[in-house]
Amino acid sequence: MKTGTVVSRIAAHGGLIAYMVFLVFPLVWMMSTSLKSTPEIYSGGLSLVPGAPSLVHYRTVLAEQKILSSMANSFSVGIFSTVLAVLIALPGAYALARYSTRWNNVVLGWILGTQIFPAILVLIPLYVLLRMLFLTDSLLGLTLVYVVWDLPFVLWMLHGYVRTIPVEIEEAAEIDGASRLQLIFRVLAPLLLPAIGASVLFAFVSAWNEFFFALVLMKSPDLMTLQVELARFTGMEGQARTGPLAAASVLATVPSVLLFGVLQKWFSSGLIAGAVKN
Amino acid sequence: MNSPGGRRRARGQLTLLLPALVPVILLSLIPLLRGVYLGFTDYSLGSPIRFNGLENYVRMLKDIYFWKSFEVGFVWTIVVTAAQVLLGLCLALLLNRKMRFVALYSTLMLVPWAMPPIIRGIVWRQVYDPDTGILNALLLRLGVLHESINWLSSFAYVIPAVIVAGVWGEIPKAAVFLLAGLKAIPEDLYEAARIDGAGRWREFRNITLPMLAPVMAAVVSLSFMWNFNTFGIVWVLTQGGPGGLTRLPMLAAYEEAFRYGYVGYAASIGNVMVVIISVVLFAYLRVQVKERMS
Repeated sequence: MKTGTVVSRIAAHGGLIAYMVFLVFPLVWMMSTSLKSTPEIYSGGLSLVPGAPSLVHYRTVLAEQKILSSMANSFSVGIFSTVLAVLIALPGAYALARYSTRWNNVVLGWILGTQIFPAILVLIPLYVLLRMLFLTDSLLGLTLVYVVWDLPFVLWMLHGYVRTIPVEIEEAAEIDGASRLQLIFRVLAPLLLPAIGASVLFAFVSAWNEFFFALVLMKSPDLMTLQVELARFTGMEGQARTGPLAAASVLATVPSVLLFGVLQKWFSSGLIAGAVKN
Repeated sequence: MNSPGGRRRARGQLTLLLPALVPVILLSLIPLLRGVYLGFTDYSLGSPIRFNGLENYVRMLKDIYFWKSFEVGFVWTIVVTAAQVLLGLCLALLLNRKMRFVALYSTLMLVPWAMPPIIRGIVWRQVYDPDTGILNALLLRLGVLHESINWLSSFAYVIPAVIVAGVWGEIPKAAVFLLAGLKAIPEDLYEAARIDGAGRWREFRNITLPMLAPVMAAVVSLSFMWNFNTFGIVWVLTQGGPGGLTRLPMLAAYEEAFRYGYVGYAASIGNVMVVIISVVLFAYLRVQVKERMS
């Protein structure tokens, strides 16, 4: 931390504002586009404030069955995969934090390994396997894929947090005759709420944002996720639809940005960065 | 570990890990191993699988599309990684000060990262749009251009255009990790340097950079892996075009598998990517080990 002179402080603010303009401007411009009329969008104007702001593009988008059902699909896949991932990760995270056996290295190796292998390698056989189980083009299949996709991070995050909780708390519960699972879900889970909260947000955002698996695994128009639907929107049929596309993109961004804003607290506390340093 | 108690403990731990391990083994590990294997077969969707040894890799050597794809893959990965780390470092240094609004800046900067990759692509498509895009409008107004450019279908501009969009999306990630690294540097190191009369630049070179090196190495190698595996944003921006100029390795593998049905060949492209990423990871681990030793 440095304080520095007035000049250097002004320069720093100047630099930071330039960064913010670069990083935030494209989204702000899209929001502005989503509120402009189609003629204004095509007029080549540079005004950030819409001439006559209107929600017409939002109305267009929300009247489209495809967009609505894709939002509902993304939402339910996000919720179910998140809940499942956290539920099965909790005992696992406990096991990793409280025991140290060779399984620790296996699991940690796998967590690192998931970063190395390109998704395409998993995806091809996964596609074949899910097709045999009639789980391609199925929201259940996609949910299961996302659970496995989220697990490394969720496990890692929860396991780091379990380690900060004193063992004495468990010993007291054990004397009361609680089983291991009761201990994890009744005694530890409430203490782990911050880490569970962060995991839930992370898992939901990553499912909501995911594109590659959904693109390959889902075929029926009524089972598309929002990201796939929006990507198709940019193709031929979406050529002349800048306004509605901007509106739909703003809607798709809102949950991610809001949840990320909440997550930021955990970023700054270094919980996640700690994973990199170790 | 080999005592009976140790074995019982390992079994107890395994039971608790099981609910997480079973889906991972079924839906991640087995498909992965099988994917690696498919890279040594001539499998195409709907036909039987036949092991063909290194044939795919021999074919790759003569496949101009493969070379083009990995060439642009390297350009993309190296430029995006370098730019995101440098720009992320500058941003982190600016944010690592006691100033007003730093909390606000730190939240705002996360916006591109928070956006789904597909929407990042859509945002930049709209920025670059030849009819409605702000970039053309701005450059025309300033008189830099006399007619608008279709950035994303121009052979001359598409790669820089896609790289700018990519860097924009990746800066926050690098900045967050580097900022955490900067905050972990003990303040008294700087105080000691100031007593010795070291200037800002000497402080940066002699304290900040060496102390930040481990985090830096992690950020560089992780970013390299992530960028090398990029798919979504480029898919939306160009679908690999024009003329395959932005067909990154993942896009090439996707097309081989799901557009042309050459699953075995696509998997072999995946295997080559694994080898390249492993080399980077190995280099990173060596840096880490050296740091620990010294």
